[in-house]
Formats: sequence, structure tokens, C-alpha cells
Amino acid sequence: MKHLVSGALLAAAIAAAPLGAAYAEINELKIIAPAAPGGGWDQTARSIQHVLQSDKLVGNVQVLNVPGAGGTIGLAQFVNSSKGDPNVMIVGGYVMVGAIITNKSPVNLSMVTPIARLTGEYEAIAVPAASPLKSLADLVAALKADPQKVSWAGGSAGGTDHITAGLFTKAIGVDPRKVNYIAFSGGGESLASLLGGKVTVGISSLSEYDAQAKAGKLRILGVSSAARLPEAPDVPTFKEAGVDVEIQNWRMIAAAPGITPAQKQELSQTIEKMVKSKAWTEMLAQKGWANTYLSGEAFDAQLAKDIAATQTILKDIGLAQ
Amino acid sequence: MDTFAALGSGVMVALQPINLLFAFVGVMLGTAVGVLPGIGPALTVALLLPITFKLDPAGSLIMFAGIYYGGMYGGSTASILLNTPGESSSIVTALEGNKMARAGRGGPALATAAIGSFVAGTIATIGLALIAPTVVDIAISFGPEDYFALMVLAFTTVSAAFGSSVTRGLTSLFLGLSLGLIGIDLQSGQARLSFSVPDLLDGVEVTTLAVALFAIGETLSVVAAGARADEIIEPVKGSVFMNREDWKRSWKPWLRGTFLGFPIGAMPAGGAEIPTFLSYALEKRLCKKPGEFGNGAIEGVAGPEAANNAAAAGVLVPLLTLGLPTSATAAIMLAGFQQYGMNPGPLLFATNPDLVWGLIASLFIANGMLLVLNLPLVGLWVRLLAIPRPWLYGGILVFATLGTLGANPSLVELGMLLIFGLLGYVLRRYDYPIAPVVVGLILGPLSEQQLRRALAISVGDPLVLFQSPVALTLYALSALALFGPLLFYILTGRKAPVGADED
Repeated sequence: MKHLVSGALLAAAIAAAPLGAAYAEINELKIIAPAAPGGGWDQTARSIQHVLQSDKLVGNVQVLNVPGAGGTIGLAQFVNSSKGDPNVMIVGGYVMVGAIITNKSPVNLSMVTPIARLTGEYEAIAVPAASPLKSLADLVAALKADPQKVSWAGGSAGGTDHITAGLFTKAIGVDPRKVNYIAFSGGGESLASLLGGKVTVGISSLSEYDAQAKAGKLRILGVSSAARLPEAPDVPTFKEAGVDVEIQNWRMIAAAPGITPAQKQELSQTIEKMVKSKAWTEMLAQKGWANTYLSGEAFDAQLAKDIAATQTILKDIGLAQ
Repeated sequence: MDTFAALGSGVMVALQPINLLFAFVGVMLGTAVGVLPGIGPALTVALLLPITFKLDPAGSLIMFAGIYYGGMYGGSTASILLNTPGESSSIVTALEGNKMARAGRGGPALATAAIGSFVAGTIATIGLALIAPTVVDIAISFGPEDYFALMVLAFTTVSAAFGSSVTRGLTSLFLGLSLGLIGIDLQSGQARLSFSVPDLLDGVEVTTLAVALFAIGETLSVVAAGARADEIIEPVKGSVFMNREDWKRSWKPWLRGTFLGFPIGAMPAGGAEIPTFLSYALEKRLCKKPGEFGNGAIEGVAGPEAANNAAAAGVLVPLLTLGLPTSATAAIMLAGFQQYGMNPGPLLFATNPDLVWGLIASLFIANGMLLVLNLPLVGLWVRLLAIPRPWLYGGILVFATLGTLGANPSLVELGMLLIFGLLGYVLRRYDYPIAPVVVGLILGPLSEQQLRRALAISVGDPLVLFQSPVALTLYALSALALFGPLLFYILTGRKAPVGADED
């Protein structure tokens, strides 16, 4: 395994940045992806690695996977072992906010130095093509009639999908504890149950439903963005249907606790350069991720707001005390 | 016919020298990671993704397909020779395969696994090319209640792996079921039996448990037996290749394994493990000499090995036709597709026909390549058993530990590996079967989740479990598997053929 990793890194380094080291501002950077290889956080970390190296912003970037428990295992390791180290960063996201609360994690995001929000995906609610629910208004009516009869297929309990379902139900004045949420471990299984008409609605990131909707097998009722999205211009937002919910499954990068303001500034500048690079724009287009870059105090404020809102809704759903 | 023309042009893509090279690299890598316990094709493809970023899409996908099929082949080699399943879908292979290897029949065991994998892979890939859209329609019509019925059927077949005593077998099974409860409950998000250890929140990893019980447990019992060990492993006794009788006893299990593996693999919640359990139980039932089961029956290798390869091809059905990733490797291959700006799904066959048919054609080629590579290697592989015991078991210990730590670098994981290894030793010492523990860990959480999903969707009405014809058929099969031998006994007044030498 070690050989595999170093082999992969070596090959990546040769392919991407043969002369990089000499010109980079930061020589070494280790990025912790608190998830197994292949998932969203891992892909984010590896995309950052690729762009930082190919644009010669950092000499040598390594990605280390520390999977487990919604990212809280990786976060705990990061908080405990990298205090004051300016050469280690961690990738994380909204799912971590919920996992910290439901897992009663001893570490939380106030113990790291958030640098920037990088990308985001919006949540969508979809129904099978043959469903009697034609619009968000129909769904609202069905939920008001009997919330238990509306089964929602989504990712694991307490994750972004579940939280969005809870917020949606609460916003229309129905008790979010009554949400009949069916958790699936992978996107594939939950999508299959929706295509097979086993559940009433599905809730997941828009990209999961996009291809099926274009093929006419699913109908997307709404998205959780503030305004309509360029990739799905016909899909109304929750707000248009009078449901005041706006949520983004964002991903971010954070630095170690206890670094100096100067070190924080240097890392922030490096990340800002990366976000503004052509390579990053191309990478996002290829992965289908929206650029929702937000940094500095604006990000800190948004993060605090998200944490507070998540705490409340998880209590309302009954997943946290 | 359109399909054949498309497949033909796919073969042309796959046969380009550079793509053949990619396929070769893929199958070699795949075989290597398959042999190593803990590291699987999913991890390998994930680590390669950033490197292949700049390569030609067809070439990379062909390489991934080679890794995917190669992993299935490699997994069986370690299972048979070292009693160390490299992948969770080759656990069942270890049961009979390792017994054969100890009796000097490692050659035929490896050969039947390789040829069976080839036959199953080929038939299943033809299925993928010709009837994928039909299969997938049936597969997604399976609801949680049908899956639960499938799990019930799988549970009734576990008894085939019980060995000498039903009580001991059930004890092992319940041990596995209890281990399956550890971690965050998917439906409620609450932690169970995690004792405030964050590393336990994700539960016990199947490969960690399997590697510990099989490899570490085995090593400990060899050490404990020390000089008293009377068993001398002869690498080769008789022919290194399959004889006439081996062929005769293998071909039907290959086909039956294929027809179990492909459809179950194509189901979004089917997986590659369940068909291997079903195949093992089925072969034990149908075998003319059931007494050989547990002592190295070639059918018990041929069937499950065909089943896991057919399931591997089956997993590609929902991936290519619907864009549904239903295994870790499939999820990463999906990421690979997206890296090249393609979206697998209902439109993929229409928008990227060259690539899809190139991939399917390369599966045939990877499969053929694996057979050509593996068969001559059989003679070499079995020589592994000639390595002096201290070296061999020392090596197994190193690989098992490295593989597990490589997949998840954590002290708690290492601790679990050692504790379960000790457990494996104790179970062996007191003659409790090992396989049901792993089966319990796999089936327990799956069946629990499906049952709870079914009941949640029906808002608590248990009748939902018996309303679908699929579920009823599966329950009928389970009843037949459980009570069939008893009925046979009552009706004919003779002793039941199965279980005859179980007590």
C-alpha cells in the first residue's frame, strides 16, 4: 500500500510538475482527505493536489486518506497531531458539520483554522416519471395530508439529504420528526429504489438525478439553490414554491489549529490563487462542481450560521439532544 | 444485428496495441492487489485516477476493467493456497479450495477457479452486451421486501458451511451477527455498541474480520501446534492440472454459479458475496458425494468462483445502463467516467457508443488474458506451498497486516485484526467453524436494513413482506432448502442425502 501510494504520487508528480519545486512558494503540503479513496472529499483533495502542483503553487503535495465516521476520525487525528503545523491541511464539508453533532465528536470545526469554502452542490427532490406528484406544491399538499405516507429515499441518517428533508418539512409547518426518511448507504441504491417506484420521493444532490431526468425516467421537482441553476434551468427552486429553504452541500479546506496569522494568510493566498487559476476552473467543469468560493470572515460567519442551523434541525428531527 | 456491429467496432478499439497494453497492465495490477488481503480493486482504481487524468479515456477505462476482473482472479489464489481470502467475495472459495491445496490438489483448485472465472466472465459479459437493459429493469423492480426475502434465503444456505455440528455453526453465526451490530445505525444515525471508540462508529470491516479469522487465526494455530503438527503439506500430489473427473465435476457448477452470480450482481443491493454463499450451498446439495464437502470438494471451488466473477460483470449492468454504482469499485469507475466528461446512465450507449462497446470488448479481452496468464502460473503458484512453514506463515502475517493497515491506517484497526486473529485461533482450537462468523457480519446488517426499510415504507405494516410475488418465491425456496431433506426422509423412509454425515 505504501508503495502504491508513493508510486502513485511519484507518477503524479512526474506527470504534473517536473520542475515545480523550484518555483513554489510553499514547498510541501499534506492534505488529509477524511474519507476513503474515491468519494467526494477524496476527489476534492486530489483535485487540489493536481492544480497546486501543475500550477507550481506548491512544490510537493501529498494526499492522505483517513476514512471514518463522517470525517470525524480524520478531523480528530488532524486536530490532535498537527497543532501549529502550516504544512498540513484538511478537506471537509457540510456532512462533517452534521456528523460532529450526531456522533458527539470530541473535536469540532472550531478547533481548526477554516481557510475557504471551495465548491458546492445543491440538493434536489425528484420523483419517478409516473408519480402523481407533478410539482413541489403537490408534494407540500401530500406532506400536509399525511407526512408518514411520503417516504423519502436519501443518504445516511443525519446527512445533508436527511437535513434538507427535515428543513423542507419544517418550513411548510409539518413536524419534521414525522419525516419518513429511508436511509441508503450508497447513491446507487437510493436511486434504484426511486426508479423502481419503491419510495415516494428521492432527495440527493442534483447531479445524481440529472442524467435520469434527461432520459425521462425521473422528474425533478425542485432544487435547494437561491436561484435557478444553469444546468437545470427548468427546475424551480424551493423558494419559488414558497418553501423557505436554501441549502448547499459545500466542501472546504481548513488549516491546522494554532498557526500564526502570517501562516494563515500565506495559505489563504495560495488557495485563492488556485481558485482563480484556469486549471481549477477546468477541473470544476469536468467534475460538475459549482464554484462557491468564500473565504476570510465571510466564510467564518457562514460556517457559524450553518453549524447553528444544523444543530437546530437535527434536534427537531430527533437525531441530536 | 446492431449490437454485434457495435461490439465488433468495440473489439477493434480494444485490440489496438496501446489498449492491449493497458489491458495487460490492468490485469497484472488487478491480480496483484487481489492476492493481497485488504487492498482491493476499488482502492487501486481510486489511487490511479489522478494519474490517468491525462491519458486517453478508452485506454484508462480498459485498464480499470482489467484491474476489476484481475482482482477477482487474484482473490481466489490467496484463498485457495493460503486460506487468506483477498476479497470478501472469495471467502467461500477458501472453504474447499484450501482443503484441496493441503491435499496436494492446489493445482486443480486454481485451475477450476481460473477456468470457471473465465467461463462465467465470458457468459456474463455476453449477458451485459445483449440483455443489460432487460436485466436492469427486473433488477430495479426489487424492493426492500424482496431483498429481505433474498437475505432469508441466503441465511438458510449458511448451514452448508456449518461443518460437523449445527450448534457450533449457529454459535459462530450469532457471533458474526453481533459483530454486525457495531457502529452507526444507518436508519437512525445512532451509534450502537461502539463504547465511545470513534473508530468503531463505522462498524467492523468485513475484510479485516475475514483476514484476521482466516489468516492470523490459521497462523496462530500452526504456531501453537508447533512440532506436533503431523500434517505435511505436499504442494503437488497427482496432476498439477485438472484431470478428467475434475472437468466432469466442474462444468455444471461453473454454469450454475454464473446464473446465480450475474442477476444477483446486477441487483442494486445484490453484491458479489451472496451469490457465492448460494452457489456453495447449492453445490453441496447437488453433489453426489456430499461427504467430500468440508474435505476439499472441487464443486465448492468451481461454483462460487464462477458466481463471483459473473457478479462482477453483473455490477456493470446498472452502472452502464443507469449510471448506478452498486459497489465500491463501480462507484470509482463512475468517477472515472465523469473525469472524462461522460455521464453513465440511460443515454451513455447513445452518446458514447465507441467507448462503451470498447469497454465491453475489453472485458472479453481482459478475461482471456487472465486465463492465459493464470493457467501457466498455476504450477508456479502451488510452489508457494513448498516454502518452509515459518517463512510461509511469517509472510502471510506480514501481508495480512500490511493489507489491512494499508486500507485503513489506524491503530484500532490493527488492534481489531489481532483480537479477531486470537478469536480465530480459539474458534479453531475448539472446532467452531470460521466462515459463518464472516457470513453473519455480511448478512446481518444487510438484512436488518432491508427489513427496516420495507417496514418504514409501509408505515409499519408487516404484511408488506409477503405481498410481492418475488418475495413469496424466495420464501418458498428457503422453505424448500430448510425442510426439503426432512420431507424427502418422511416420504421415502430413507435417510436424507444431505446432512447424512453432518451429525
